[in-house]
Amino acid sequence: MNMLSEGRPTRQDENINTGANSAPQTHTGNRALIVDEPLIFETGSPDRSGVDLPDAPDVETCLGGLERHQPIAIPGLSEAETVRHYTRLSRQNYAIDVGLFPLGSCTMKHNPRLNEKMARLKGFADIHPLQPMESVQGALETIYQLAEWLKKLTGMPAVAMSPKAGAHGELCGILAIRSALEARGDAREVILVPESAHGTNPATAAFAGYKVEDIPANAAGRVDLDALKARLGPDVAGVMITNPNTCGLFEPDMKAISDAVHEAGGLVYCDGANFNAIVGRVRPGDLGIDAMHINLHKTFSTPHGGGGPGSGPVVFSDALAPYAPLPFVEKKDNGHYYLVEEETAEDHHDVSFGRMVAFHGQMGMFTRALTYMLSHGADGLKQVSEDAVLNANYILRSLEDTLDAPFAHSGPCMHEALFSDKGFAEGLSTLDLAKGLIDEGYHPMTMYFPLVVHGAMLVEPTETESKAAIDQFIGAFRSVAERAKSGDEALKSAPHFAPRHRLDETRAARKPILVWEEPEELVEAAE
Amino acid sequence: MRYLPLTPEDRQDMLSTIGAASIDDLFVDVPREVQLDGPIRDLPMHAGEMAVEAHMKGLAKRNHAAGDMPFFLGAGAYRHHVPASVDHIIQRGEFLTAYTPYQPEIAQGTLQTLFEFQTQVARLFGVDVANASMYDGSTACWEAITMARRITKRGKAVLSSGLHPHYVSVAHTMAHFTKDQLDHRAPELTAATDSDDLFDRIDDDTSCVVVQYPDILGRIADMSALAEKAHAHKALLIAVVTEPVALGAIQAPGAMGADIVVGEGQSLGVGLQFGGPYVGLFGCKQKYVRQMPGRLCGETVDANGKRGFVLTLSTREQHIRREKATSNICTNSGLCALAFTAHMTLLGEKGLRELAMLNHKKAVAAAGKLSRVPGISLMNTSYFNEFTLIVDKDTRPLVRKLADQRILAGVSLGRLYPEESGLAHGLIVAVTETTSDADVDQLVEALEGELS
Repeated sequence: MNMLSEGRPTRQDENINTGANSAPQTHTGNRALIVDEPLIFETGSPDRSGVDLPDAPDVETCLGGLERHQPIAIPGLSEAETVRHYTRLSRQNYAIDVGLFPLGSCTMKHNPRLNEKMARLKGFADIHPLQPMESVQGALETIYQLAEWLKKLTGMPAVAMSPKAGAHGELCGILAIRSALEARGDAREVILVPESAHGTNPATAAFAGYKVEDIPANAAGRVDLDALKARLGPDVAGVMITNPNTCGLFEPDMKAISDAVHEAGGLVYCDGANFNAIVGRVRPGDLGIDAMHINLHKTFSTPHGGGGPGSGPVVFSDALAPYAPLPFVEKKDNGHYYLVEEETAEDHHDVSFGRMVAFHGQMGMFTRALTYMLSHGADGLKQVSEDAVLNANYILRSLEDTLDAPFAHSGPCMHEALFSDKGFAEGLSTLDLAKGLIDEGYHPMTMYFPLVVHGAMLVEPTETESKAAIDQFIGAFRSVAERAKSGDEALKSAPHFAPRHRLDETRAARKPILVWEEPEELVEAAE
Repeated sequence: MRYLPLTPEDRQDMLSTIGAASIDDLFVDVPREVQLDGPIRDLPMHAGEMAVEAHMKGLAKRNHAAGDMPFFLGAGAYRHHVPASVDHIIQRGEFLTAYTPYQPEIAQGTLQTLFEFQTQVARLFGVDVANASMYDGSTACWEAITMARRITKRGKAVLSSGLHPHYVSVAHTMAHFTKDQLDHRAPELTAATDSDDLFDRIDDDTSCVVVQYPDILGRIADMSALAEKAHAHKALLIAVVTEPVALGAIQAPGAMGADIVVGEGQSLGVGLQFGGPYVGLFGCKQKYVRQMPGRLCGETVDANGKRGFVLTLSTREQHIRREKATSNICTNSGLCALAFTAHMTLLGEKGLRELAMLNHKKAVAAAGKLSRVPGISLMNTSYFNEFTLIVDKDTRPLVRKLADQRILAGVSLGRLYPEESGLAHGLIVAVTETTSDADVDQLVEALEGELS
């Protein structure tokens, strides 16, 4: 062994076995950077606080005799402890900032930090939704500019900005369809949805009071146009079609679908979750649709935040525009911007189906999305969809020799590549492959969706990955897939190197523990 | 382009691997006639950070930021001081750029914070359980009404006149399509809430009675009798809290018998942001948990017996139940929930109580000063950090005029209830820890000037 004069070893002793399996137990149970963090209820205390406040003025209270005397029992931590608590927890999360996050249909692309900086400008972050309109002209213009971008990118004449997320946008579109039909005295009851659709589609239609029926798919993974035509009739209010669809394929018959639905007196909702595959290259307005939501948190890169907030503006055709929800922003001839709300709507928007949400929508997402659009420009957005599609096809063609790709024969995919579990050894599943990918340092792809493919694996790399990153991912994916095919039992207990091994979801659901409760011995000791 | 790592050579190499001659070959499924021949016209081309920043700053500076002038707006969105560490925490890339925690082994950070969030919300509301967030207070309120319909199998909801008018509008929009019946009246400028009136309107067809606490005009009323009456008719009491800081000073709705408590969590950690994104809070009694909408995080163990957290009871949700789901919600308000829970952790019960009392007492002091202005009287006999003034003038033009003098005086009832001329003289004024004595003095002086 080489030693410096101070006695510090400078080179690893070659005789020491460093294999993870033979690593010794630690006193804490932690392993270097993998550190467990207790709950705030176990470390904090209700009389500790990380906030210093000034003294309150010396006046009588006026609380109607309803002072809260019972304990609230919410513990506090000092600022130092708080920052460490959340920082430690953050390190147990996978994220785009950490690595490739190929979650199909979810579009986990890089979130530019300029967007965050712009959303935090005090002129956007520190304004109240009910301030007089003259004091928020810049905010109203921001919404207006974003709306103009969305209309031009989709080729649609109108847009509702207030929906809070994708599913809320779907609801907005379906309510507009229902309003338009009601306005012509047409009480149609059925919405048709392909089996491959996101679960939000049928749930939305039901939430709006519709019955839901399936549209069959053909062997190429597309809507079966003839079957759809056969089902259309006077009871069908409309269809909800995802395009590009959830198999990662463009619906080449989209215009014919729209025409057929219109001819039968229905309206066409397009789920725009996958707009990122065609933005800048194709305008959905040219496909004959009547409404489409746009997930700003997918296509336009506002952060997913561990499950939201999202933002789901909805573009409308001329047929549906009059029914769009309140409020929205208009520009006056004198260059001023104003909100069309309940009272002002009476002038020229009196058939609106009404308000879907308090205030005006996800402003914090609007500023981020507009920043993103300005950064990319029309040329950059076209490149975005092209690179997203290129990356997905590169993965599809690089892995189709190893994995079954059920629709690969029908031609290129769009922004995501779909594989099935066909050929896996007995007893090994898509879930096992996903957990194996975790050990390789990746977030798994979307699994078991769409429902139309057995053991589905939907891989969406997005455009913000380098070729080197994708090559490395392909290598890892191929390796784990080969293990699944050869029956490597070790996959069944993967992940081995994550902060947790597989979690018992059945136990969680059987006797749900949804809030922390004081362990009984502590309660007894306190009494 | 700075966000796109592929080089022209990479693109060519990858096309070769695919066996495509050009990118157009990958778009063959898109009919030729709908493909654009170049970048969309009438939109600008790409721009660097400096140019984009200049554009956005130009828009931002055309707004009057609340922090730059005396500011008294509330009515469902409140300006509170957010500790610096909260924004630091939510900008950790591992939180900011994560997805819904579908792979729990590598999402324990998000899941544990959600479990802590659910516990904090349940304790704050005084109910057994809470979910992992909704979009905002108004949508959470409608979801609660639909949940009451599922539980009671009845379709008539009685709404308090003190419920935020936007929340009422959202419910009206949805009820039109779901055929729910809503029993609602406009508020009156009285010190008493409409509790007695609501009491008389509950009957055997009622699914729920929906009460905002404190209400839109700032009033606070005991809901215990309403809860009893509702329960006697097998209906539910839904309490709506738009200012969660209030619950550091006044009794929890759950303690008064509320079955479902929903709210807007924006006050803690989130900021004003011109109305969104915000965070919907949703809690209820244990026995109704399987009828709840939205994500739920639950405790379990991993294969080695170590405690861990997962999303659970997903058989209620759209991705499993599709058209039979309790709600269509998917993405919720995760990052805002993180901001809420981090702010709450910094406060703790002690800090929350101090913050609440500071808000309340500052409001009492301000109400005293304002009600001494000739032409102004204080409507409320109870309130938390927000109260209603009755002014000798129509408050809507008054508020606009004061805004021109760089004072954001409050929310005029004319803005919220344009069709109710009887409310035109009402002004809702909110006072928080961020309001200084000098701010109040400026408002007093300006009002004296306008009303003299």
